[in-house]
Amino acid sequence: MQPLTLQRLLVRLAALAGILFIVVVLALKLGAVQVSLYGLANDLIRFALHQTSELSSNYSLIVFDIRLPRILLGIFVGASLAVAGTSFQALLRNPLADPYVLGVSSGAAVGAVLAVILESHLALSPDIAPLITPLGAFLGALLTIGAVYFLGLRDGAVDNGTLLLAGIISASFLSAIIQFLMSTVGRDLRGFAFWMMGDLSSPLQPSVSWMIRVGFLLAAGAIYTTASDLNLLLAGEKEAMHLGVDVPRVRIVVYVAASLLTGLAVSVSGAIGYVGLLVPHVMRLIFGSDHRILLPAAAFGGAIAVVLADMLARTVVAPSELPVGAMTAMAGAPLFIYLLRRRMA
Amino acid sequence: MSSPARNLPPKSTGLTTHTNVSLNVEQVSYAYAGNPSQAPLFTLEAMSLQAKSGEILAILGPNACGKSTLLKLIAGVLAPLSGRVLLDGTPTHTMLPRARAQRIAMVQQESRLLFPSRAWEFVLQGRHAYGRTLRFDSEEDVLIARNALAQVGAEHLTDRWMDKISGGEKQRVILARALAQQPAMLLLDEPTLHLDIAAQVDLLDALRKLASVNRYIVVVVTHELNLAAEYADQVALLQRGRCLRVGPPSAVYQRELLEQVFQTPLTVETGPSGRPRVNVWSNSHPTQP
Repeated sequence: MQPLTLQRLLVRLAALAGILFIVVVLALKLGAVQVSLYGLANDLIRFALHQTSELSSNYSLIVFDIRLPRILLGIFVGASLAVAGTSFQALLRNPLADPYVLGVSSGAAVGAVLAVILESHLALSPDIAPLITPLGAFLGALLTIGAVYFLGLRDGAVDNGTLLLAGIISASFLSAIIQFLMSTVGRDLRGFAFWMMGDLSSPLQPSVSWMIRVGFLLAAGAIYTTASDLNLLLAGEKEAMHLGVDVPRVRIVVYVAASLLTGLAVSVSGAIGYVGLLVPHVMRLIFGSDHRILLPAAAFGGAIAVVLADMLARTVVAPSELPVGAMTAMAGAPLFIYLLRRRMA
Repeated sequence: MSSPARNLPPKSTGLTTHTNVSLNVEQVSYAYAGNPSQAPLFTLEAMSLQAKSGEILAILGPNACGKSTLLKLIAGVLAPLSGRVLLDGTPTHTMLPRARAQRIAMVQQESRLLFPSRAWEFVLQGRHAYGRTLRFDSEEDVLIARNALAQVGAEHLTDRWMDKISGGEKQRVILARALAQQPAMLLLDEPTLHLDIAAQVDLLDALRKLASVNRYIVVVVTHELNLAAEYADQVALLQRGRCLRVGPPSAVYQRELLEQVFQTPLTVETGPSGRPRVNVWSNSHPTQP
């Protein structure tokens, strides 16, 4: 009998943070332009001491102005998708649920595209205009999870098979809508592949950058307050209710917060698949299914996975690049099939 | 498993917190309808019964007679159409989820787990209603969980995985989780359904002991006539949404009444324990008594 304590939790998270740091350093070093580890270490120290004017490396522009923001974006996107996936899996009691499989990412992409179109018709100040896209993505995500949830109901209870089919069908329907919108509007909205496949290469406006940071902290924090409720929900809503869980409140908090996480992630990176599905599974194998540790572990794991995948996407076909979503799908789809088959066995 | 709990005052880690509690079901009725404008699909007619700490009440009847609906009304998860269920004067359906879970523990028909957990983790879930958001399990919680496992004779299962133990063992751990809630009332929905006869007797002996030692009100839904007769202090006999009779088994177990309710020929005699015993026989048998 070894109940989770704060100390045990912090030791594990510190280990994950260490791994993330190593991955970040690697990602800063590797790329189409090689940077020496020594020069990088020097630069990092100067950067940390705010002596940016003394940066010695000729590559500081590449490392700090291009790679670092992209890595930070990857950390945020990976953490968001993994936390959203973990909480969807618990709430829907479906180990195959994740924002991508449920169509929530596609719904967010439709919302984002609609927002981009709407924005071009409104005369908004340049500070506010970029915020419309994440907002549209959030609303798109929220509407989609609502629709998929009701389509997945059978006799008043969520049916796992029906839910997955509802998600897959919604995803393909919403992808068709994106294509339709693209061709009617008649211009390429920040790149077709961006929304369909997931990509981290677009730089962010400062206001959007702030919005996603604040949004992430709020939404992930809200989900974390339900961590022990989610542990009980794994046994079913009725049982959780008898053990004292306010099920309707948890459901609202998690659906809204997870939709916000998905919407923010999709609005800045497109639909990156499989991170929200597989990272929670791997973390569950390592740390068990207690959400008090699983949720933060999944956040670190998602960050590590996306930064790694993006590093590979930048390097395997260098000097050309793959979308990061292509990397996660290549690794994720076989693993998904393995989990699906093991579950049916 | 050592038991440091025995040296501590019983109040902090004991499983009894309410010693003299009464349950009053007052003219409670309920109706299920497909939609509000239609005639109800199923009606539970107004019924009344009482139970107090230390008693076992069995709700008995054939399938689809309203047993489980009555149990949900008692648990407070359904709001009655009329009347009320009072646990020590408080209507159960108006209690907040946490307050309710601190007083009423429900033992469901075996629960299926999405991801496996160990028995001690499962039992600690019973402490959820006492924790604040983000709180980690306290030493008190851990001691209560240990005591609960010990009281149902399941200490040896503490570190076992829930999906790797037998049905009877699992039922004990589920019961231990209910005890960890430190309830005033224990509700059980068909607890003997998937158990063999030895495990059934084990479980009901445990319930008998819990009712008298921990002073719980125990309400059991069952269609096991003989087990109910053997263990219950009171029996409520239901048929098609009506409560036909409430009372001690000897008053309820009458041949004509049971034959009419269960639609099968039977005899009632007095068993070795002095309680009524029901015998049934096959209609296809050549000789009938």
